[in-house]
Amino acid sequence: MCLGIPGEIVDVRNDDGLRVGRVRFAGITRDVCLDYVPDAAVGEYVLVHVGFAISRIDREEAARAYRVLEDIGQTAELTADQGPLDEPP
Amino acid sequence: MRYVDEYRDGDVAAALSRQVAATATRPWVLMEVCGGQTHSIVRYGIDRMLPPNVELVHGPGCPVCVTPLEMIDRAHAIASRPEVVFTSFGDMLRVPGSRGDLLTLRSRGADVRIVYSPLDALRIARENPRREVVFFGIGFETTAPANAMAIHQAKRLAVGNFSMLVSHVLVPPAIAAILQAPGNRVQGFLGPGHVCAVMGYREYEALAASYRVPIVVTGFEPVDLLEGVLMTVRQLEKARAELENQYVRAVSRDGNRPARDLIFEVFEIADRKWRGVGAIPKSGYRIRYEYREHDAEKRFDVDTIETQESARCISGLILRGLRKPSDCPAFGRDCNPQHPLGATMVSAEGACAAYYQYGRYLDSVREDAARP
Repeated sequence: MCLGIPGEIVDVRNDDGLRVGRVRFAGITRDVCLDYVPDAAVGEYVLVHVGFAISRIDREEAARAYRVLEDIGQTAELTADQGPLDEPP
Repeated sequence: MRYVDEYRDGDVAAALSRQVAATATRPWVLMEVCGGQTHSIVRYGIDRMLPPNVELVHGPGCPVCVTPLEMIDRAHAIASRPEVVFTSFGDMLRVPGSRGDLLTLRSRGADVRIVYSPLDALRIARENPRREVVFFGIGFETTAPANAMAIHQAKRLAVGNFSMLVSHVLVPPAIAAILQAPGNRVQGFLGPGHVCAVMGYREYEALAASYRVPIVVTGFEPVDLLEGVLMTVRQLEKARAELENQYVRAVSRDGNRPARDLIFEVFEIADRKWRGVGAIPKSGYRIRYEYREHDAEKRFDVDTIETQESARCISGLILRGLRKPSDCPAFGRDCNPQHPLGATMVSAEGACAAYYQYGRYLDSVREDAARP
């Protein structure tokens, strides 16, 4: 129910006073209400739930957080047998 | 797909699960609150990637499941009226009420339509000015901005034939109810990522502090879930009880301000009954007086209907994390998605339905077969 799917804003228009745009997901493009993400521009990614963008996806936060995860993936083999790890920096 | 595929990376997931195993020195019980997370956990077998001392129990976060039977009966009564076009998200249509489900009602000639968004229902109302168009507005805080916008637009555009049957529920009061319940086993929570994308997580900071329980706002992909588990277990091992945010790419502390503002313009907080759990004070939304013209409960005179749940169903215990689907003698035998006995089997995001869909009923079938 609380499914949120990330998609890329393709264009933006006004529809009966609402900010609406086409958003591209994997293989499908559909109209989405962008009223709750007034600053999200064409080319940005938003999280869409029942036809509404409820959040902008923060590109820098996503990249930073994923680098941490990738490091875990690359180094965990070396540390898996060493017991509880210290907190990440 | 960007922001999805990388969070399904098997190597990263495997590394995270090894880290959880290396971190957990004692048994811990964690609950994921959201039904979408439950579905993802069972689908990808996340619970089976964890060491035996880290147990995941499944929370009450499936709005379809916790919608009370009498509300489904009310929907049924409204949809039966000849002047009504009844619109709903697809997953509500199969939920059986005392008089059957909405899909069966449609096969008998009622005008019941599945919509993707509440704005689609509003469009149907504008295209059919002589019909009464009713939308079944269920959901958690994630769905509230969409439902609030449909009501707000109906008033602004004077669409007098559009109304909503609202059964909205809220996550924080449910977490508090679980923690206050006698026999509670839950020691840490994976917080609901998309609910928090809308509402932010200040309320969860207060919960973490007052109940001394770690809460980690978590996303929905396998890597998100495993990282959320790891962060929660790290807190438990160090006796910390804080709010942390794993889902930083989508969730900020204050959430979505314009969405929250419109929710509280249209809705106010009210007591709600949860199927399988019972009444929880101040645990939902109802439509404000200023928007009463679009409140289906005020628009249609629908009698209160007495309902009864199956005495054999243990969904109340499952929704509070006290039991798992596989603990139920009826699971996979007399209770399945085609013939659900209760709340947690009625929707794909219910814990029992998720277990069933991904083949875990086979365990009970095997047990039966092995019996002499």
